[in-house]
Amino acid sequence: MSFNPAILTDNWREILDGMALTILIWVAGTAIGLVIGLAVAVLQLFTNRWLAAPLTLYVAVMRGTPFLIQLFVIYYGGPFFGLDLTPLTAGIAGLALYGGAYFSEIFRAGFLSVPPGQIEAARMMGIGRLDIVRHVQLPQMLVIILPALANMTVLLSKETAVLSVITVNELTSVVQSIGSTTFAFAETLLFLALVYWAFLEIVTAAARRLEKRVGRFMLRTPS
Amino acid sequence: MTATPDTGSRPIIDVRGVWKRFGTAEVLKGIDLAIRKSEVTCIIGPSGSGKSTLLRCIAFLEEYSEGEIYIEGELLGFSLENGKRRRVSDAEVARVRRNVGFVFQQFNLWPHMTALENVAMPLKLARGIAREDAAKRARRMLEKVGLGHRAEAYPSQLSGGQQQRVGIARALAMEPHIMLFDEPTSALDPELVGEVLQVMRDLAAEGMTMAVVTHEMGFAAQVADTVVFIDHGVIAASGSPQQVFRKDENPRLRQFLQNYFERNVFWQGAEGAGAP
Repeated sequence: MSFNPAILTDNWREILDGMALTILIWVAGTAIGLVIGLAVAVLQLFTNRWLAAPLTLYVAVMRGTPFLIQLFVIYYGGPFFGLDLTPLTAGIAGLALYGGAYFSEIFRAGFLSVPPGQIEAARMMGIGRLDIVRHVQLPQMLVIILPALANMTVLLSKETAVLSVITVNELTSVVQSIGSTTFAFAETLLFLALVYWAFLEIVTAAARRLEKRVGRFMLRTPS
Repeated sequence: MTATPDTGSRPIIDVRGVWKRFGTAEVLKGIDLAIRKSEVTCIIGPSGSGKSTLLRCIAFLEEYSEGEIYIEGELLGFSLENGKRRRVSDAEVARVRRNVGFVFQQFNLWPHMTALENVAMPLKLARGIAREDAAKRARRMLEKVGLGHRAEAYPSQLSGGQQQRVGIARALAMEPHIMLFDEPTSALDPELVGEVLQVMRDLAAEGMTMAVVTHEMGFAAQVADTVVFIDHGVIAASGSPQQVFRKDENPRLRQFLQNYFERNVFWQGAEGAGAP
């Protein structure tokens, strides 16, 4: 059996569609996941325990069970609770809920990394709780948690492949079906590996640039 | 201190029978203290005596367990209903203490903002002052503490003394009626203490009402109207500097002052250097 990359170029239209779908799921799931994660972390830290307890349970369930099973429950179990989602919507929602749980833990650690004295000072000045989050805590903690956020974003890019089990035609399912019809497993699998690796490199490069920008104030040395 | 009835000179801060407990530890045990307009009150005492806790209770950075603290006549942190006290909302706490400025031992500047931004941001966020006006007032405050030329510097680019002066400017910008200082020079290298004390002296001379927790006995002796000595959670002595430093016979106070002077004597001259 010979190595024949032309298998991929012959099917470029399906592959491009699959990749576009993967990127859509990944970007949307990550973006919504970040919002969920930040909201959960803020609610856990700054409200009473009656609101925090169910959120803690949510985080534990999402982190403690396989993503595959979560997807099944949302897509196939959803209709029993009146939640009839398309495969794509269910997939994005699943990825966002899954990522959100991990993101919330990262944000929580970030919030705790800002010295309490700075928050006392802000409270003493009469600055509101949300303004303290926005103007005192977030700008400082972002520098610290950016690598962890980028790491989770990369992990989520690979989790998008699981969506094939709920019939989403994302990149992995497209390329795998090409592989199984043409028996060109080496070419297709190598191609998949390279694409996900490229995602990693893109996120890493973006995180580096962002890190430099938000971390400007830390790079200055005493004059 | 005499408990005079309200005769027009209502205290700005009125602490009545305040207790503070952390679990089973009793840190403040029935503190009564009144601070009047334009008075400087210095609070001294050994570490762990409760002096910083008292100041933090007056700012409501700690909830006091029992008693009452009034700020310009308003009960701080609680409401009284049929003799039972209830914690009020954070917004209500912020409203009652809006005229209280606080200066921290560790400065607590926001490191990601320049000196100017540190002073201007609370004006914008808490007082709703427009950006340019806030910046203008912030610059004026920095000039007041002698740091107009360092407005664009980040805290990490400033010395400890300069950082603390920014901390003072930040509190002053809110136009407080009283300033609370929690060991403002304790985290500074000795040669930087003077510049901060000078700013505080100038403030006192302008008539600012101040409560200062400090180990700087020289400052207390020169600037304070009232010196309060706290020991084991109670006010063990209080009065004019003359009264507390020279006359009061309380053995714990004498021991405390003795230790302080011995620590600060570095040259045993003929006339016993170091004694006031």
